[in-house]
Amino acid sequence: MSTILSIKNLSKTYASGLTALKPINLDIRQGEIFALLGPNGAGKTTLISIVCGIVTPSGGSVLADGHDIVRDYRAARMKIGLVPQELATDSFESVLATVRFSRGLFGRKPDEAHIERVLRDLSLWEKRNDRIMTLSGGMKRRVMIAKALAHEPRILFLDEPTAGVDVELRRDMWALVRRLREQGVTVILTTHYIEEAEEMADRVGVIRKGELIVVEEKDALMRKLGKKQLTIQLKDALTEIPATLGAWPLELASAGSELIYRFDAKAEDTGIPPLLRQLHELGIAYKDLNTQESSLEDIFVSLVSTRTEAAA
Amino acid sequence: MSALIANPYGLWAIYRFEMARFLRTVWQSLLTPVISTSLYFVVFGAAIGSRMSEMHGVPYGAFIVPGLIMLTLFTESLSNASFGIYFPKFTGTIYELLSAPVSPLEAVLAYVGAAATKSVVLGLVILATASVFVPLHIAHPFAMLGLLIFTAATFSLFGFIVGVWAKGFEQLQVIPMLIMTPLTFLGGVFYSIDMLSPAWRTFSLFNPVVYLISAFRWSFYDHADVNLAVSLGFLLGFFAVCAAVVTLIFRTGYRLKN
Ligand SMILES: Nc1ncnc2c1ncn2[C@@H]1O[C@H](COP(=O)(O)OP(=O)(O)OP(=O)(O)O)[C@@H](O)[C@H]1O
Ligand SMILES: [Mg+2]
Repeated sequence: MSTILSIKNLSKTYASGLTALKPINLDIRQGEIFALLGPNGAGKTTLISIVCGIVTPSGGSVLADGHDIVRDYRAARMKIGLVPQELATDSFESVLATVRFSRGLFGRKPDEAHIERVLRDLSLWEKRNDRIMTLSGGMKRRVMIAKALAHEPRILFLDEPTAGVDVELRRDMWALVRRLREQGVTVILTTHYIEEAEEMADRVGVIRKGELIVVEEKDALMRKLGKKQLTIQLKDALTEIPATLGAWPLELASAGSELIYRFDAKAEDTGIPPLLRQLHELGIAYKDLNTQESSLEDIFVSLVSTRTEAAA
Repeated sequence: MSALIANPYGLWAIYRFEMARFLRTVWQSLLTPVISTSLYFVVFGAAIGSRMSEMHGVPYGAFIVPGLIMLTLFTESLSNASFGIYFPKFTGTIYELLSAPVSPLEAVLAYVGAAATKSVVLGLVILATASVFVPLHIAHPFAMLGLLIFTAATFSLFGFIVGVWAKGFEQLQVIPMLIMTPLTFLGGVFYSIDMLSPAWRTFSLFNPVVYLISAFRWSFYDHADVNLAVSLGFLLGFFAVCAAVVTLIFRTGYRLKN
């Protein structure tokens, strides 16, 4: 697959002296959905803002579809659409006027059919003549997406598109992103809802304190770092784990009525059959068993926190 | 990259957007200056003017017309252009301009062009209002129009700088209120600096507005207080300084980009 966005040694130190990005290298593939995850203040918005031309980089370079974002900014920017994190709209304008404005601003000649398609896709068509200030927050967010799509970008940045958005709009947003991908648009999104990345992303990047600590296929990441957990519900509570079970890393939970066994999801030999045999031999009876796979969220939390410990 | 204006759609979009802002409040925008100018005519033209002698052969009411138009031109150009760029900074919508394939030249042409258009329209409306009150005579109509447009463009450019520089609405008001209004009133809107004592006259020559009003009045009545070439030099010089500052702003991203 070809690379549509190539970020090389990109760094940023703000005038305040704060280093928001250590040199970052990242290639985004044509047509993928890339989720950029990281705690507050990690540098996600800074990274996006540099690529879009809102923040000046301190070092490094970015190619968007082969065009340098500084030297050849016109060609680069025409390919890029941005929905920023903060809601910012022209209150007094109508929805239609503001979306037409965006298309013109990005150098495209008027195309009413395209604008209508975008507004319909975002359920904004009925509201097209309303002033933006009369819309709800969620609707304003849709208007910002419509503005970003008005010039038919090939690369779309969504900086926390679903923050403060209700379930229905979130589902709509996911559907829209998938439709865009079908049309060949590359989508780079940030989110604090890890389930969103889990649901949508092809690849995931985790950024922490200005460093990109992981970039991986989502599935591979979940296979590689995912843990499974076996919960055994005991008939009679235990006060301690018998020494003969020392071969397994077990924990007692729920006041001794649950035995928890964590194991590597990708391992051939899970160690479950001998564990159950051993329990049987010890005469420990159980009512129920269940296994759970760790979510991307668990992986994310452990990634971010283990690194914190390592750094400390 | 070769063409100077590679994104005419972008330029037009900004211009239209700015003009739409003007048209939304067109009645307030036009009525306020028309009313205040009419008041000037009633007070200075009719009430006081009738006791004033002619100025260089021009009735006093007619004499103050060019100065009043200039006064409006300065303040309106400044406030329109500064507000036009300050407001998106304030609301955050400037992200779109900064991320758009629009060159600094295109952005400035659009913002400054729209602000200048508005003040030229206002200037002409005031001219029309004035003609109701006093007999007007325009000796050099093309020069008058040229000065009107160029002054509007220059002060809009200046306003653009003020808008980028301003960090709050107060600062947006400071320049017009604290600098432009006194300079304009002391710049000979209501008198010819020939009437002043030699000391005040010399002092007035440090006021750039004197040169602008003098040139503009010349286009009406064929008489200038100061040398016309010096006036034009002043205007061109001020324009050049503003253009240089704007270029610097975009080159460094001053108060626009982090
Ligand atoms: N204009 C600025 N001047 C100085 N520091 C800034 C500026 N903008 C952001 N920062 C700092 O840079 C760091 C990265 O901020 P950034 O907004 O990129 O984080 P983020 O990952 O988007 O966080 P969030 O999830 O909260 O949106 C933070 O420490 C922030 O305080
Ligand atoms: Mg952010």
